[in-house]
Amino acid sequence: MPDWNEPIRQQLAELNLAPAREAEIVEELAQHAEDRYRELLSGGATEAEARRIALDELGGHQLLASELRAVERTDAPEPVVLGAGSKGRLLGGLGQDLRYGFRTLRKNPGFTAVAMLALGLGIGANTAIFSVVNGVLLRPLSYPDPGRLLNISETTSEFAEASVAYPNFLDWRRESRSFTDMGAYRRDDFNFTGSGEPEQVSGEYVSASLLPVLGVTPFFGRNFLPEEDRQGAACAAMLTYGFWKARFGADPNILGKSLTLNAVSCEVVGVLPFDFRLRENARVYLPIEQWNSVELHTREMHPGLRVTGRLKPDITIEAAQAEMAALCAGLARQYPATNAGRGSKLVRMKDDMVGYIRSTLLLLVGAVGFVLIIACANVANLLLARSTARRREFAIRAALGAKRARVVRQLLTESVLLSLGGAVIGLLLARSGTSLVLAAAPDILPRSQEIGIDPYVLLFTLAVSVATGILFGLAPAFNGANASPQESLKEGARGAGGGRHRTEGVFVAVEMGLAVVLLVGAGLMMQSVWRILQVNPGFNTRSVLTTQFALSPGAIASPTAIRMAYQQLVGRVTAVPGVRSAAITSLVPLGESDSEIPFWPGAGPQPAHDRMTSSMFYIVTPNYPIVMQIPLRSGRFFTDRDNTASPPVVVIDEVLAAHIFPGQNPVGRQISLIALGPVQIVGVVGHVKHWGLDSDDKAKIRDQIYFPVLQVPDKYLSDAVTGLTLVLRTGPEPLSLVSAVRAQVAGPTRDQPIYAVRTMEQIISGSLAERRFTMLLLIIFAATALLLAAVGIYGVMSYAVTRRSHELGIRAALGASRGEIVGLVLRQGMKLAAIGMAAGLVAALALTRLMAGLLYGVRPADPATLVAVALLLGGIALVACYIPARRATAVDPVVALRCE
Amino acid sequence: MEDKSIDREWKKGSAELLLLSLLEVLPRHGYEISKLIEQRSQGALRFHAASLYPLLYRLEKRGWIQGRWVEKSGQRRRRYYRLTAQGRKVLASQRQGWQTFVDAISRITGVENA
Repeated sequence: MPDWNEPIRQQLAELNLAPAREAEIVEELAQHAEDRYRELLSGGATEAEARRIALDELGGHQLLASELRAVERTDAPEPVVLGAGSKGRLLGGLGQDLRYGFRTLRKNPGFTAVAMLALGLGIGANTAIFSVVNGVLLRPLSYPDPGRLLNISETTSEFAEASVAYPNFLDWRRESRSFTDMGAYRRDDFNFTGSGEPEQVSGEYVSASLLPVLGVTPFFGRNFLPEEDRQGAACAAMLTYGFWKARFGADPNILGKSLTLNAVSCEVVGVLPFDFRLRENARVYLPIEQWNSVELHTREMHPGLRVTGRLKPDITIEAAQAEMAALCAGLARQYPATNAGRGSKLVRMKDDMVGYIRSTLLLLVGAVGFVLIIACANVANLLLARSTARRREFAIRAALGAKRARVVRQLLTESVLLSLGGAVIGLLLARSGTSLVLAAAPDILPRSQEIGIDPYVLLFTLAVSVATGILFGLAPAFNGANASPQESLKEGARGAGGGRHRTEGVFVAVEMGLAVVLLVGAGLMMQSVWRILQVNPGFNTRSVLTTQFALSPGAIASPTAIRMAYQQLVGRVTAVPGVRSAAITSLVPLGESDSEIPFWPGAGPQPAHDRMTSSMFYIVTPNYPIVMQIPLRSGRFFTDRDNTASPPVVVIDEVLAAHIFPGQNPVGRQISLIALGPVQIVGVVGHVKHWGLDSDDKAKIRDQIYFPVLQVPDKYLSDAVTGLTLVLRTGPEPLSLVSAVRAQVAGPTRDQPIYAVRTMEQIISGSLAERRFTMLLLIIFAATALLLAAVGIYGVMSYAVTRRSHELGIRAALGASRGEIVGLVLRQGMKLAAIGMAAGLVAALALTRLMAGLLYGVRPADPATLVAVALLLGGIALVACYIPARRATAVDPVVALRCE
Repeated sequence: MEDKSIDREWKKGSAELLLLSLLEVLPRHGYEISKLIEQRSQGALRFHAASLYPLLYRLEKRGWIQGRWVEKSGQRRRRYYRLTAQGRKVLASQRQGWQTFVDAISRITGVENA
């Protein structure tokens, strides 16, 4: 049967009729031609003759067109039909589109659910990560005009950022003209007694100027007065809102009452606002001059003091930096022994708080964006398959006069509706996802209390879902709008041409490529973490319990009492069944704290500060290397006889030995420690990776000095009372001994609490928290990507097999073996997978370079990882293609051919 | 295949009348109309699609006839045209005019029963 439509349509083309009218005329004339053709055939004409005559009568010589032009020239008003837009009203019929979209989605609940779920996953993951980024990186700090708040630290030849010596802070504050004012603060722990159980509470020593600098006024009560921030003044205290509520039942008459901190009675003068969080966990605030330590008043030390200043409105950060440099140079001239080589560094307060996590978060933003694109590609493929099935619908609407743009708009409305549905699911997922993220990273995310779903997050989700809907809706929409009415309306039309399958193939390749990038990223992180865990820390990390403790106020009355209390404490704890050995140390490796002491070789006079080197400084009891199982290289460790009555001794590590005494035996030699004077080296032990399993090798200060706690001079002993850690080597699981240890530490007076109880393994795990967090999220994203990509390639191949069942049936009928048919389908699928994977590997090579800083012991272009990812993804793609390929062999040739 | 024995102008002038007449009793589709004209004129008059359909559309536009798609089982749908009330009036008046015209011609030419 000849095709009449096309020649007729050609004749009508120049008339530019409304599509609906044209379709009607074409149909009627084609019917006529067909009747005429059959009549001619039955009259004995050949097919060619009959066809020529019928066409000729349809209007050779432009007759039809010229006749019709006269009739049809006067435009009939366009019929009002579904899908036809009225001119000039861009949004005309949007309500209609929405209603129709809802109906269409409701009619296919299975499709709608699958698509919304995939989108929900993608949008939810993106919302969760964005809410973290929003809370941590984007939201301004909750102080007035936070952009003018700068954190100021000292710089030395050894530290790019060191805490500030208090006298330097006082000089800066007095002389600087760039800042309205500066405030200082230092974290400390307090033994809170006198109201029930003894309790260790975290707090901050702050200068009276701090709250005005930040722009914070107390919830009620008042800030510290300048005269309270003086050495020897009566102790005043401020409470955080949370502590006031939890510990004092939100007592409205709290002002003027006293609480006992470190055996000193402090009068409550104010309660801080509920959203005030200078640093996590702080409960009480004391004036900084209440810190009764010799460290506070020397320029030699960096006693953990942080300084924040508020820039004057017309001063730039560069101008302030220049002024501070000049001030520091002046101080270096004035106090060359301590301040030579010291400078200052100014960083915006927010950058200081969150800068270290920024690249990690941005990496995750990129990764989670890939997941969304993969989800989009999947849904686009679903829609594409569906739009092919709906070609008849679009053709009818085109025949009824719907313009192409109108059909596109209808389809985009549907896809945006889908993605908005996905957004609702996504928001629900994001709520639990955000808590999951926070649970995975309890301590590594700064400002974590500010993470949540706020209007910005909602706006982000809305924008992402609309953009997503348009993105994944475009290809299917144009595919649908291109439906040619006549073709599609034919009975048994077998659907679209090659264009759509190319698009599908591109989507699958994109999915595979993005999955490769995510898998490589996750693989590299996993390798890094695994390699870090293989690093020997220099001591045995298994079965070690660490806990901080506070001595009873009665025990710290005199230096002798303190030394006695230490010895008794170690003795009592060692007696606990299950405890093999116990020791006290001022520093735990791989924890967050460090303490350095400047030293010089020999017993000569102290050189200038910038001529000395610094060493890590551990104050320990004699059993420390036995508990930690740090190997002794030469000489001996301390005994109880190394006390105030004997000459001071130290044990050094092998790094310091090689550094100061290369090729010599250091045992018996002397070095001098600042503030402590000459000491004799009695032993050398192995190096402990204090700074972190991964970062210790690159640390500037790696020398380590151990000093016996019993030889700490009286005047420094009271400083050593807080912040000491008890370390225990245990037989059974360390945490099972906590309650027994707690009882023994509490002592006869029952007022010595333990706190911050952790196993060494927990500390190591904590030191890897940021990497683990990144690794965990990348694994989750990569797994999601893998799943979506596998589903994507499976879906496309299944559909391809269905579409080709006729062809495959013919092949089977002509004798193709099962193997050949499976091979045929597999080749088609694996070609797509291979193209995607090749592109993905190239992209991975480029993108993983961005995460080089997060890796350890593995290069971004690690061949093993790349090969492993290619094998994994290739294997999964093979399985995903094999299932439909198997089904292809089940095609019964007879059934396939009968479809004709 | 234009019929040479009948002048084109004659056809044109009378075509509207022919179509309306054929639709007077029954709705018919285009092909049927063209066949009927051919048969009843015993081959003397033939309308090809290229002129028939534009004429049908013109009459439809004037509101004299109305087309409607009709689907019959086992067949593809066809467009059937029926006479409207207005078309009926027009047919009556055209018939009257034609009759007058033919009478006048025959009185002059002496041809009977045209």
